[in-house]
Amino acid sequence: MLTVEDLWVDVGGKQVLKGVNFEIPDGRTHILFGKNGSGKTTLLLTLIGFSAYEVVQGRILFKGIDITRMPVNERVQLGMGVSFQRPPAVRGLLTRQMADICNRSGADYKELAERLNFTDFLDRELNVGFSGGEMKRSEMLQLMLQKPDFIMLDEPESGVDIENMHLIGKVASELLERHLNRTRKRSGLIITHTGYILDYLNADLGYVMIDGAIVCSGNPYQIFSTINEKGFEECANCTI
Amino acid sequence: MYYLSEQQRVLAEGARDKACPFGEDINLDAYIHDPDHDQVPTYDELVAEERETLVKAGFDVGDHDRAASFLQVNHAIGHCCRKVEGVEVMPMRQALELYDSLPEYWWQAVDVDADKYTAKVALDFDNGYFIRALAGTKTTLPVQTCLFMSSEKVLQNVHNIIVVEEGAELEIISGCATSHQMKQGLHLGVSELYIKKNARLSFTMIHHWGEEVVTRPRTVVQVDEGGTYISNYISMKKVRSLQMYPTAYLRGRGGTVRFNSVVAAPAGSHLDMGSRVYLSHPECRAEVISRAVSFGGDIVARGHLVGEDPAVKAHLECHGLMLSRRGLIHAIPELEGRAAGVEMSHEAAVGKIAREEVEYLMARGLSEEEATSTIVRGFLNVAIEGLPASLQKDLDELMARSNEGGM
Ligand SMILES: Nc1ncnc2c1ncn2[C@@H]1O[C@H](COP(=O)(O)OP(=O)(O)OP(=O)(O)O)[C@@H](O)[C@H]1O
Ligand SMILES: [Mg+2]
Repeated sequence: MLTVEDLWVDVGGKQVLKGVNFEIPDGRTHILFGKNGSGKTTLLLTLIGFSAYEVVQGRILFKGIDITRMPVNERVQLGMGVSFQRPPAVRGLLTRQMADICNRSGADYKELAERLNFTDFLDRELNVGFSGGEMKRSEMLQLMLQKPDFIMLDEPESGVDIENMHLIGKVASELLERHLNRTRKRSGLIITHTGYILDYLNADLGYVMIDGAIVCSGNPYQIFSTINEKGFEECANCTI
Repeated sequence: MYYLSEQQRVLAEGARDKACPFGEDINLDAYIHDPDHDQVPTYDELVAEERETLVKAGFDVGDHDRAASFLQVNHAIGHCCRKVEGVEVMPMRQALELYDSLPEYWWQAVDVDADKYTAKVALDFDNGYFIRALAGTKTTLPVQTCLFMSSEKVLQNVHNIIVVEEGAELEIISGCATSHQMKQGLHLGVSELYIKKNARLSFTMIHHWGEEVVTRPRTVVQVDEGGTYISNYISMKKVRSLQMYPTAYLRGRGGTVRFNSVVAAPAGSHLDMGSRVYLSHPECRAEVISRAVSFGGDIVARGHLVGEDPAVKAHLECHGLMLSRRGLIHAIPELEGRAAGVEMSHEAAVGKIAREEVEYLMARGLSEEEATSTIVRGFLNVAIEGLPASLQKDLDELMARSNEGGM
């Protein structure tokens, strides 16, 4: 599904990613751990093609196509989708209108919005004054309608209360087709600090990013407990 | 000089050359004012393109869903009909005849000698509309009016009066437009609006001028106790020069006014516009909200709030979006507190579209152009909810053209 080769990325004149390599096969969900400021969001926004993220070296292959220089919307047409950590507010655009943009198939999403406790927010301006949890539910609704093949979630649970966490976990699992086994096609890359989302995903592989590079990979549940017990420093001398 | 008192005539004569402090000074002699020889098409003679222009200016040609209609072409009345009780709609000249020159209203809000444009309208008055909602009348359908210009280089001198009597509620959709055939023209329009006690007027004005047209609207609104005036102003098409500074006087407790305006300026447009409100009684409220987009044209967005009573609240908001490397947006918000305790605020911002927002929408599948116009539409929608569909099309055309222009 996705191959990243020796990726070096500058943001605002600063070198943030320093030679990132990894691969996500069809049907797999991988988890990305790392300290604040290590470069996780930078990686996701580079993968989707935001222009502030300048690829100075390396390449990104998606479904066998080199997308390193491709415009954002073409990547999306190929099947990429992101739930943003901090989506921008868009004044004057109703959340319902954004949902309609995502909803290419024209499906009826009344029930889905209801399920995400989000019906009341559809007529509000997109992300204008949304609380942290409301923003995340809005992002999940958009992704559910967009139905990408490759799903990137940037801290889908930050700022979300326990009840809504359960909702988001279930929706993420559905999006990623975790309920399917052999026929599962969709893949994902998920950033988490709290690890709550892990309970819903039965994820396949975990990475630890330190200072713009992936320093270790392995069983995500094992990595998460190591980080919890010993901190990120331990991952630098990874033994898994 | 039938319509002016001797004193008014002297004042007007004295102001013939009085320039306005704002906007380009216009040479009135460059335009033709010859009502006796001007060939004006009748309502039925308007060709398909002209009818379409009327539609873009918000005018329903079949009078559907309208309480009344009024159309003036150059100096002549093209159409005037009324379908509901309790609302009078008639040509201004007819109203002056019928009501002994309307001494309570005629030149009572706007000064004859405000500048050379008001003086010109006073001295060379063509016609205009008189609209009155009788006390307590609440119409659900809007009254529509259109001031149309069809001859090359024509000068149109219009004087309108709107009265909403005590407890009445009225909605007016007013368009100003030009025939597709004409390029240059000058529209001078004096409008005097009287909102009586606990009355309410919602007035939507759509400008859809020809590209080389010059226009100088002169509007004053008087709002009495408990009255409400809501103005929506929209201009999405190139116009060579527009200058206006509509002013509202809140003359009684609890008077409320809201000026919303949404303008786009293609290259070659010069707009100097603002709204001014005097709040001189307790509990008066004013909100002036403008959204301006420059596609290479110049926009001066003014606003002036004057708080003269301690218990008033008012807010002014000018936001501008620059979509071209050329062009100008100059936001000039002014607050004037003349009593301790006034609550007045303003917010002004001029910028470009945030790249991050465009890419956010692209991450949901829109192309860059689609994302940009969606954001611009949202930006304008904040001031006026739901731009009429016909104007949406104008905006889309502007967006498409500016994308081609490679900005
Ligand atoms: N536009 C920018 N200009 C300058 N520096 C930036 C910019 N964007 C990101 N950075 C820097 O790049 C580094 C990586 O940021 P990034 O957002 O990728 O971290 P992260 O791993 O997602 O952190 P967190 O866990 O806090 O979300 C940080 O030091 C950040 O300050
Ligand atoms: Mg981050």
